[in-house]
Amino acid sequence: MTREEVLNDIKERFAEEIIEVLDKSARRVYIEIKPSAITKVAGYIFGDLKARFNIASGIDARYHMEILYHFTIEDINLLISLRVKLPKPKLEIDSLAPLFEAANWIEREMYELLGIHFRGHPDLRRLLLPEAWPEGVHPLRGDYKEWDKSAIRDRGV
Amino acid sequence: MGRTIVPIGPYHPLQEEPEFFTLTVEGETVVDIDVQLGYNHRGIEKLSESKSFDQTTFLVERICGICSTSHPFACTRAVEDIIPVEVPERAKYIRTIIAEGERIHSHLLWLGLAGHFLGYNTVYMWAWKLREEILDVMEILSGNRNNYAMFKPGGVRRDIKTEDITGVIEKIDSIVPTLEMLKKAVIDDPVLHARTKGIGILSKEEAINFSALGPTARASGVARDVRKDSPYGAYDKIGWKMIVTQNGDVFDKAVVRILETFESIKIIKYCLLNLPAGEIDLKLKNIPAGEGIGHIEAPRGETFHYIRSDGTNRPVRHKVRAPTFMNLPTYKATVVGETISDATIILAAIDPCYCCTERMAVRTTKGKKLYNGEELVKLSQAKTEKLRKKMGY
Repeated sequence: MTREEVLNDIKERFAEEIIEVLDKSARRVYIEIKPSAITKVAGYIFGDLKARFNIASGIDARYHMEILYHFTIEDINLLISLRVKLPKPKLEIDSLAPLFEAANWIEREMYELLGIHFRGHPDLRRLLLPEAWPEGVHPLRGDYKEWDKSAIRDRGV
Repeated sequence: MGRTIVPIGPYHPLQEEPEFFTLTVEGETVVDIDVQLGYNHRGIEKLSESKSFDQTTFLVERICGICSTSHPFACTRAVEDIIPVEVPERAKYIRTIIAEGERIHSHLLWLGLAGHFLGYNTVYMWAWKLREEILDVMEILSGNRNNYAMFKPGGVRRDIKTEDITGVIEKIDSIVPTLEMLKKAVIDDPVLHARTKGIGILSKEEAINFSALGPTARASGVARDVRKDSPYGAYDKIGWKMIVTQNGDVFDKAVVRILETFESIKIIKYCLLNLPAGEIDLKLKNIPAGEGIGHIEAPRGETFHYIRSDGTNRPVRHKVRAPTFMNLPTYKATVVGETISDATIILAAIDPCYCCTERMAVRTTKGKKLYNGEELVKLSQAKTEKLRKKMGY
């Protein structure tokens, strides 16, 4: 399939779920979809279109939380970024980890750094932050405030 | 049979990314593995939000000491992708030279350490001696042996002097015969075959499922390389081969890296001999609001940067994904079912940060210490020695 065929295929197949398609440049497309459709669309792109999952990036955009799931289809040299916007304060979305192992770690990372809950994740533990880090404090959020870290810093010294 | 927990890690001052592995073993066989990260989590993504676009390039250069070019390369490409804009031809060539020089020294560093873990200290000494020559080349070209500080959004910061080129090519050529010898020594050695073939196999399906990257994926038959699939720099103008092997074991991962080193030498020489004249910098002034993605092929696989700008001179979000983040979880598929004496080399085979392998400690469930890191390396080396005697070498 060519680039146009792939994009038209996605647009037709998920007409209901797609909110906006931003065709930025020859190698980059951003597709905004409804959060409820993420497993369906991502599963199709990864499984049927044989894309590689690059990574996801979560962004705190003040009034909502945004997640971009980046996929590369190497044969047509196209990077598709699926964008979902989660309304605050209920930050929940279906996990992609049951579909492919590659999403496992990054969802754990977004869970701890941004406080997004991934429904159905097989192993939703912290990835980077230490155990002593308080619950509910998410360092990549816009409203994150510095707190007294001496207890973590000085442990074992 | 009783299960034993084997903690590996968590910290080694040599490495930039300490990890803590928990191996569960039954006798000598590994049955489960878990990884804990974050011992050196520096919050670079957050820090980057307080830096200007020029400064972020220097910040991300400090993420990794070995592949210090891949992060600035991906970062500057992400910034350029916001606009979007292409850098001048000469800058593209210079970027390619620096990136390939880094690939050579990174692969040689890995080869040396892999040799050391297997009890081939001669390989270790040879590989690191060759690496030294490449570091000298990088010093001539950039002024630094590492952390080259060559990149900036819109181009490069330093030009390559015409009078340096002949000397640099001579220096690169001088390592080729030794590298050939090293290649033969590693690829044809029957003891190394016995030690690494069929060990720690990552199947093609698993490589795709884990979205493994770089040599780790290419050794499993996944023919993916950002340099070929989405060419940047000067890679589309040069004839070079993507090295792909099919078996996915430790041996194949080594072969991919060794052969890639030769391709990198070819690329560097072509770029130096065909360096186009012209500007090296676009002198970008303002970065508009928008978002950009930069991904490049680092020695260990694809490095991925996502940057969002709101029109000021700072990113509002800067996501960094290093290749090890995707390659590390493949341990789950490769280490389970293997013996503990092979764990050392399997853990090293994806070219992660070596802290894990250097700081191993084996404990029984009662907490009694049996082995430490040094002893585990000895265990691995002893196995090679035993094989060597058995096979009559």
